[in-house]
Amino acid sequence: MPPTFTGFRRDDGRVGVRNHVAVVPTSVAASGVASRVASEAGAWARATPHQMGTTQPAETREQTERVLVGVGRNPNVGAALVVELGTEDVDADAIADRIAGTGKPVETLSIRECGGTRAALRAGVETAADLEDAVGDARREEADASELVFGVECGGSDATSGIAANPAVGNACDRLVEDGGTACFSETPEFIGAEHILADRAADDEVRERLLAFVERRENLARMMGVDIRGAQPSPGNQEGGLTTIEEKSLGAIAKGGTTPVNGIVGYAHDLPVGGGLVLMDTPGYDVESVVGKVAGGAQVIAFTTGRGSTTGNPIAPVIKVTGNPKTWAKMSNNMDVNASTVIGGESLSAVGERTYEKLLSVADGEPTEAERRRLEEFAINEIQPNEIAELGTGVRP
Amino acid sequence: MKGEVLDDVALLMTTDDVVATAIDDLEAGREVDVGDRTLVLGEDVEFGHKFALVDLATGEDVVKYGEVIGRASEPIAAGDWVHVHNCESTRGRGDLEIAEGGESA
Repeated sequence: MPPTFTGFRRDDGRVGVRNHVAVVPTSVAASGVASRVASEAGAWARATPHQMGTTQPAETREQTERVLVGVGRNPNVGAALVVELGTEDVDADAIADRIAGTGKPVETLSIRECGGTRAALRAGVETAADLEDAVGDARREEADASELVFGVECGGSDATSGIAANPAVGNACDRLVEDGGTACFSETPEFIGAEHILADRAADDEVRERLLAFVERRENLARMMGVDIRGAQPSPGNQEGGLTTIEEKSLGAIAKGGTTPVNGIVGYAHDLPVGGGLVLMDTPGYDVESVVGKVAGGAQVIAFTTGRGSTTGNPIAPVIKVTGNPKTWAKMSNNMDVNASTVIGGESLSAVGERTYEKLLSVADGEPTEAERRRLEEFAINEIQPNEIAELGTGVRP
Repeated sequence: MKGEVLDDVALLMTTDDVVATAIDDLEAGREVDVGDRTLVLGEDVEFGHKFALVDLATGEDVVKYGEVIGRASEPIAAGDWVHVHNCESTRGRGDLEIAEGGESA
């Protein structure tokens, strides 16, 4: 019998593993108020402060809106409060309406209409409390593992990532896919040099062509700028950890998705299917933005592999840290959840994969991760750069 | 673990590979048994870093995981540390395209 967990079933049928009230600013100008509202309202409130400005080119704005809506629609969110300064291109009411399509309670707050930050803060805390009253008594009910959308990410990679942590998480992905769930990995720059392996695993021609087109677009950006991608990939930290080339990093990186067929590839922050098997997402290599893309796509839990050590979390989805480096496990155990370095000592990948899968299920069931215990909640939205906008005009669209 | 452990100190991911990954901090002069031969490390090789199992000429493919991860940018002797100083990527090289007049690198 497939494993189960207990979660919060939403009106749209999706199951949350947390029951947050999200406080979502529409721009950097509203981010400060959103953060203050969440921290003063209570531990159940989660702000998603970000850096995007009040005016953005159309392509960038569309992506920002998709992220904000996706975050609000994530099943870990029970209710949402959308906060604007009131001068933004991104309209709080429009974002709220799209979130409300899931059936969850949503309110908006305009700092200008309230009469400034002091009044907005007071009103925001009050509105957040009302939202919590509406959803806070939701109870967990049994759900099937097939209802989980599991996002996997790597950051601060070293040679152990490809040897231990990524294959261990990949094994957990294989287990979830076998149980009918969805696993998603991303970071297109880290497909470069390994895309032929992923293409061979594509479920059909359409998926294969889209995948190769996404990879080509990322590589073209480096070409267009006449830059050597090696300046950024592998990063200086990756290099210190033993990774020499982007190809080597990529071959290690794709191991975190496991070995099942690639059923699809979606654009940044686009919806991830429930029960979809292995699905890729086109995201940048910057891990915070990449995690946010998957959470906006509906991932309820993230596994984050790190060789050199990372402390990052996410306000909406619990982030499980997995390291394959024994030194990092010893030095940073208060930021790590799964020790995969035992692989180097001889523990089988299957056994570490099973431990990782069990951790995923218990975190889905409510067990806090180390990042959650420490309230580590980084959030950033990928900003489409002008040269990317030019490339988008000719390249593949999500 | 995926791959084969060499002499308790290094990891060979596939039999096609021309490099192995150190799983301990190794010092120059250290002997490593690779199958039926003994390799002597020409340089220190830190945990997670690679050393060559065979001699490689400039331009020759460097293979790990059974796949090409780059090419030798200078001659590499068996037992040498293999890293950014002697192995270069062949992908995402906008700089090479400019040098080669727009040809794909």
